[in-house]
Amino acid sequence: MSPTRRSRQVAIVLATALATALSACSSGDSGTAPGGATGTQDAVDAALREGGEITYWSWTPSAKAQVEAFQQEFPNVKVNHVNAGTGNDHYTKLQNAIKAGSGAPDVAQIEYQALPQFAMTGALVDLGQYGFTAFEDDYTPSTWNSVKVGGGLFGLPQDSGPMALFYNKEVFDRHGLTVPKTWDEYVEAARKLHAADPTKYITSDTGDAGFATSMIWQAGGKPFTTDGKNVKIDLQDEGSRKWTATWDALVEEKLVSTIPGWSDAWYKALGDGTIATLATGAWMPGVLESSVPGGAGKWAVAPLPTYDGKTPVTAENGGGGQSVLKQSAKPALAAAFVRWLNNGNGVKPFLDSGGFPATKADLESSAFKDEAAPYFGGQQINQVLTAAAGQVVPGWSYLPYQLYANSIFGDTVGKSYADSTGLDPGLTAWQQALVDYGNQQGFTVTTG
Amino acid sequence: MSTVATTHSPLRPRKSRVLTAVMAVYLLYTLVPLVWLLISATKTQQDLLSTSGLAFGGTFALLDNIAETFSHDGGIFLRWLGNTLLYVVVGAGGATALATAAGYGLAKYRFRGRRAVFAVLLGAIAIPGTALAVPTFLMFSNLGLTNTPWAIIIPSLVSPFGLYLVWTYAVEAVPDELLEAARIDGAGELRIFFTVTLRLLLPGVVTVALFAVVSTWNNYFLPLIMLSEPDWYPLTVGLNQWSAQASGVGAQPIYHLVITGAVITIVPLVIAFLLLQRFWQSGLTAGSVKQ
Amino acid sequence: MTSISAPARRPPARTARRSRVDRRGWLFVGPFLAVFALVFLAPIAYALWLSLFREQVFFGGTEFVGLDNYAAVLGDAKFWESFFRVLLFLVVQVPVMLGLALVAALAIDSARLHAAGFFRIVIFLPYAVPAVVATLMWGFIYGDAFGLAADLNELLGRKAVEPLSGDWILLSIGNIVTWEFAGYNMLILYSALKVVPHDLYEAAAIDGAGTFRTILSVKLPAIRGALVIATIFSIIGSFQLFNEPNILRALAPNAISTFYTPNMYAYNLSFSGQQYNYSATVAIVMGVITAIIAYVVQLRGSRKGV
Repeated sequence: MSPTRRSRQVAIVLATALATALSACSSGDSGTAPGGATGTQDAVDAALREGGEITYWSWTPSAKAQVEAFQQEFPNVKVNHVNAGTGNDHYTKLQNAIKAGSGAPDVAQIEYQALPQFAMTGALVDLGQYGFTAFEDDYTPSTWNSVKVGGGLFGLPQDSGPMALFYNKEVFDRHGLTVPKTWDEYVEAARKLHAADPTKYITSDTGDAGFATSMIWQAGGKPFTTDGKNVKIDLQDEGSRKWTATWDALVEEKLVSTIPGWSDAWYKALGDGTIATLATGAWMPGVLESSVPGGAGKWAVAPLPTYDGKTPVTAENGGGGQSVLKQSAKPALAAAFVRWLNNGNGVKPFLDSGGFPATKADLESSAFKDEAAPYFGGQQINQVLTAAAGQVVPGWSYLPYQLYANSIFGDTVGKSYADSTGLDPGLTAWQQALVDYGNQQGFTVTTG
Repeated sequence: MSTVATTHSPLRPRKSRVLTAVMAVYLLYTLVPLVWLLISATKTQQDLLSTSGLAFGGTFALLDNIAETFSHDGGIFLRWLGNTLLYVVVGAGGATALATAAGYGLAKYRFRGRRAVFAVLLGAIAIPGTALAVPTFLMFSNLGLTNTPWAIIIPSLVSPFGLYLVWTYAVEAVPDELLEAARIDGAGELRIFFTVTLRLLLPGVVTVALFAVVSTWNNYFLPLIMLSEPDWYPLTVGLNQWSAQASGVGAQPIYHLVITGAVITIVPLVIAFLLLQRFWQSGLTAGSVKQ
Repeated sequence: MTSISAPARRPPARTARRSRVDRRGWLFVGPFLAVFALVFLAPIAYALWLSLFREQVFFGGTEFVGLDNYAAVLGDAKFWESFFRVLLFLVVQVPVMLGLALVAALAIDSARLHAAGFFRIVIFLPYAVPAVVATLMWGFIYGDAFGLAADLNELLGRKAVEPLSGDWILLSIGNIVTWEFAGYNMLILYSALKVVPHDLYEAAAIDGAGTFRTILSVKLPAIRGALVIATIFSIIGSFQLFNEPNILRALAPNAISTFYTPNMYAYNLSFSGQQYNYSATVAIVMGVITAIIAYVVQLRGSRKGV
């Protein structure tokens, strides 16, 4: 081969690469949030009879067992389960595949806080067209509300995370603390505990967007409202300020441990009493049981403290469901799998893996409610947790770009945590960054 | 270091204990983290979370940990190890071949554009690769290469530093006279390259191969972006996923496996270093003559 | 394409024989360049193209904005904050690392060290540890609740070190990078030292030069080329700092922001914010700055060397 021909070939390869690159760039039209489609489940049933192959991305512990059970029940369907990463890694890959126009799975696990973002960028299938809106009464109102975006139904809820107070009974008893009913009592307990033993903290918090938004939710705040293109952000509304008024005391007086959540040190601290309580979602027992063996017999569950100490109210923290992606070549079959997962026989393997369901029937079954948990010293923890599921403040919504919002929480509110100063300036800075971003993305964002 | 022995020749000075002691401190700095890693690999997840870093735990669980590392999640670690080997053999092997040919070409042939090639190379490596991830991802996606081994192998075929090394090495190691003699004998360019040049370049080639192996073995960012299927992960991305699964709803921390996996990841490279020591050191030495 | 080579840079007599233009060279350079074009040049060209547009992910589509993105980057406080952070990192960490590497290389080369071969291989070892693993490992060690940092604090009886706090974190990252790459640089410098002609030492010894005089007046000038190359690669590495802070962020969420380094900023703009166009612009600006600085260093280094 002569050198000239070689170099021409090089030029051709390069030109092809560039051409495909450039064409990828012009396919940027997006951004519709359709909603309100209606239809019946006939198409789904037909697709299930016909069978085929679909791909499912999920990092939930139960996914593998569920896929196996599904394939056993429907041998003509093949489900490729892929664990593409946990949390943000998963979403990044999902986003990349959507941006590239190919490579996305048929079904993906998507948490409630992330759902609006994918729904509003037109990446998800409105399951209303398959008649899934009929399942509304099967789910708790808060989880059902979380899978509805702009009138469309973009997933079915799998788990839920109504918040409760997990506390280390041993530490509480040793220092003569009583389980706090109000947040003021909680702060008092924090002071007492840390004064009695400076190595112990009431909880750990280094600034976590999911926790902060849940706490604002419980305090009655509604900082994010979306209506089509119009977004309103008010992180200084009454609820937000109510939360910061309490939490500021803990941060400013350095009563919370700065061990970052989910680190090895954090697991260690949960086991040895360094961290005495966790205000978190009802899915936490599974994590404690499997990963904090040192805490067995010490932990207990109580309702989340409130501000007035009277009406029990709580919020959701974490949890999510499964959605069908627009890229799917077999959306009806994918929808059938989602239906089976979260409204059929898939719920049982999920429960077996220690998950906390979103389906009312399972929450209300006495087998679930009355089960004594050995890890918690025999306490019937689901009594507390299922009660919480019915006490979630209604009407909450996340931002259409909550994933991005959470990613920059540390840049803004994190400063307050790092300096042990009040959280309001941090929240204000967060709000400003979110307003700017929203406007850049074509929303009309207002504040206050 | 003050023990300058004037009676000794400066080429054969006396060994200095002070210098050795000072260097031993540096050695310690190098070794402590590795020792920590090794000790931690002998602990159970339990002990890991309850005992001090540089002390052994109650049970010596190294073998159990290794067994569990290879069997966890359907033995996916072995698959990652195999993938890494594949990427190293094809990617680093290809990178070495391309860099060797190109370095030789730049050193021994004068053709138009030669200097431009070099300027472009230097300019291109200054652009942060991580920041080009999105354009590269979208391009590869259009070519249908994402989520395949090619997405990892093709980019690792380019080693600008390797090219530079061979280039400087070839100028010295391959005498022009020899090439001319071969040409007079009627040998073609390719034949000369394979029969005459390669042998002379060998130490340089081994050095380039070693650097290419290390960078492919340690490759993290690109596979993270390009691959969604864990079945194609290399060790680095797999280990990080294991580490990341400690967080959120349904968290399953497996720190002991992350740590043991890390040890298993490092060991083959260390062995390769030791075995090939003679080669790559002479390659580097010769390469650094010309600067 | 006939046989006229650039006469300006014609090498001296020894190589003059092959100074005719030889297109056969492309046979060897071509394959490398083809792959290089695909994985380096095409993405750069694509990034340049992207940088001229703005896409709104949610509403509004894509519009041509000319050089607006560049103007925005140049006026972006976050970009400059991250830029000056890596500049500070570079100014401190690179000299420390190269100094350490140089001292180690000189010591091993001096023949005064016991077990020099052992030192050489062990000091080089961290280079075999993937950045991901190194960062996870140091992350465990840095923990001031249970890591070695905690043990140290306990020993000293006070919170003497807090490697993951805002005041310490840059230092902690610098330590990881130094740990990873000092040995690698040591080896490059050591290799250069090994080939310094011995008659130079003898001449210096006859002149009565002591150890330090020999180092300053013979050894350092002799390895200037290797030092320049090591410096350039370290500068590029510093400007591209990404893996270490990005992985450490899970342990120090408030000390490491999403725009901690320019590279992290570009990454997060793309992958969290879906601002692909602006991200490409940041990458290009950063690449141009890096290239200029690397070029200047090379120019200065080689000029003095002659």
